[in-house]
Amino acid sequence: MIITVQGEPLYVYTGGRIFDAAKPTMLFIHGVLNDHSVWGLQSRYFAHHGWNVLVPDLPGHNRSGGAPPDSVEAAARSVIALLDTMQIDRIVLIGHSFGSLIALEAASWMPDRVDRLALLGIAYPMRVSEALLEASVKAPEEAIRLVTRFSYSGLTAPPSALGPGTWLPGLGRALMRRVLASNPDHNPFYAGFLACDRYDGGAKAIGRVDCPILFVLGDEDQMTPAKGAKALIDQVHSAQVLRLPVGHQLMSEAPDRVLEGLRSFVK
Amino acid sequence: MESLVGFDTLALHAGASPDSATGARAVPLYLSTSFVFESSDHAAALFNLEQAGHVYSRISNPTNAVLEQRIAALEGGIGAIATASGQAALHLAISTLMGAGGHIVASTALYGGSHNLLDYTLRRFGIETSFVAPHDHAAWQAAVRPNTRLFFGETLGNPGLDVLDIAVVSAIAHDAGVPLLVDSTMTTPWLMKPFELGADLIVHSATKFLSGHGTVVGGLLVDAGSFDWERSGRFGELTEAYPGFHGMVFSEENTVGAFLLRARREGLRDFGACMSPHTAWLILQGIETLPLRMARHVSNARAIVDFLATHPMVERVGHPSRPDHRSYELAQRLLPRGAGSVFSFDLRGTREQGKAFVENLQIFSHLANVGDCRSLVIHPASTTHFRMDDAALYAAGIGPGSIRLSIGLEDPEDLVQDLKRALKAAQRAGASGASGALSGTSS
Repeated sequence: MIITVQGEPLYVYTGGRIFDAAKPTMLFIHGVLNDHSVWGLQSRYFAHHGWNVLVPDLPGHNRSGGAPPDSVEAAARSVIALLDTMQIDRIVLIGHSFGSLIALEAASWMPDRVDRLALLGIAYPMRVSEALLEASVKAPEEAIRLVTRFSYSGLTAPPSALGPGTWLPGLGRALMRRVLASNPDHNPFYAGFLACDRYDGGAKAIGRVDCPILFVLGDEDQMTPAKGAKALIDQVHSAQVLRLPVGHQLMSEAPDRVLEGLRSFVK
Repeated sequence: MESLVGFDTLALHAGASPDSATGARAVPLYLSTSFVFESSDHAAALFNLEQAGHVYSRISNPTNAVLEQRIAALEGGIGAIATASGQAALHLAISTLMGAGGHIVASTALYGGSHNLLDYTLRRFGIETSFVAPHDHAAWQAAVRPNTRLFFGETLGNPGLDVLDIAVVSAIAHDAGVPLLVDSTMTTPWLMKPFELGADLIVHSATKFLSGHGTVVGGLLVDAGSFDWERSGRFGELTEAYPGFHGMVFSEENTVGAFLLRARREGLRDFGACMSPHTAWLILQGIETLPLRMARHVSNARAIVDFLATHPMVERVGHPSRPDHRSYELAQRLLPRGAGSVFSFDLRGTREQGKAFVENLQIFSHLANVGDCRSLVIHPASTTHFRMDDAALYAAGIGPGSIRLSIGLEDPEDLVQDLKRALKAAQRAGASGASGALSGTSS
């Protein structure tokens, strides 16, 4: 569905179900140059198992209008604005990569509204190399090639986003190209990387969150290595940590195990 | 990871790792029609695409899935679907994108079976095709109608070997809001990567070079994930709720994978032209050596082309590596590794001489296939393209008397000797006074 948030059209995938105010709600936030579809194999399940799911394309990404957020804080504001627009009081927040920083920051601003927080593929700080930042502007195809190279752990995958026969590196690359092409006026690639690189509020933010937090980390993650989450995990009194033997794109490389982790977490 | 490894490594490893249950290193063959659900909830989730997995081998199978990932990796696509034959792959692509009232713009230089499907069979089901010469770019543009849904051509047009200028034709297709589908059977991803040139979808007859051993019939349909179905506005099949599958809007479920989602959940499910896992397994054995075989195919073809081009019994050799071929320049640019190993030549002489030539070959086998590891020979006008009249044959780049060769992996010296012997027999047959010009005979 398309709703107007902060004066711009925002696309929100709902897992094939109509929003029902009587049900609890999960909100999934994607990473840099991705869109809602990276959550397909988790969000659709929950939408058919008693939950509302809201999976937006971030502003300036694919079907959503406006400029892409150039800071984690700006993205967090758009997420909270979405909840306010839809009059949702309580939420389970789930984010991946850039989206995990957004979820963390948003949760820290409204700790009384967040029941659970799941952070996938997170590292803090989430530094982005100068070379990649520059390539995202001057040579985006090369930057996409590099991100693809570092996002997957191997040459094989279980049945995934398109079912059996999905070639994940190709799928990820095609999605990045599509999202980049969707916004000729702005560069969501550079904006997202810049937001990740400059974000310095993670340590404070996690201190303000008082709900249960799940970290889902890939042992083979070369984009945000699992050890990069340690500083955050150490600050959480009883963090739950799920380590999976895959790379950065956990949701597509290990769809069932991510789903199972989230199911257990929100039970 | 993908760009860490090269083509040859992908040909061996993409989609497969040692079997987690047994440690088997080679790809296991899963000859099972169906797969046990973990629970009722798991079953429902699989049927509703909440989770991904195997249900029934008409829709998917673990062995087939390895093949599908492997060809997608080699082509640079997002995924693939294995089908019962190349023709089944072509039909699956078309039936996913249109129904009655749809229109296709297609190259004239097509495999006879594809031409038949488009020009006769699909018309019966309300899908029309306009045929245009592959190099006539204005004709591609002019043929577009409001109901056009697809452009279709072959990378190396069968059997005249017209090279399709994919960058130009795909740009015309995209301006018209439709995708370009190419049949890449003759080139395989080792000779050409159509997605890098602008194609959106690829079909293969895996029966040919991909399997390479002449043992199985199979097809593959690969999606680049590049075509924006929503922006086009012509493909309600992919962008509107589909009552036949839980009201799913495929383009919302997956931004770049809508085509494959629907093709598997509708076309493969309902038409049922799936690939046997045993076939998939055999094709995988072939793909593992594809780079080695293709290199040998094209080097052998070069040797045979050079031999025939200087032989006094040969009127013309129709291979794009020859400067007199109309696709010579395109081939130099788009096919630097070689312009394939299937080509036609015209014999100088009579019909009886042609017959003597074919019958005196000992290593070349006279049969209706190409892309085998063994060398093959056939007379297209009387076999694969027999439904075409002379004008259509010429439009496809062959003469009524052309002979088609598919060069295999034998020692090139032996192939040359075989051809020499047969050409000599043809020469002798001419001396005995047979009548009737071979080039000009329509059967």
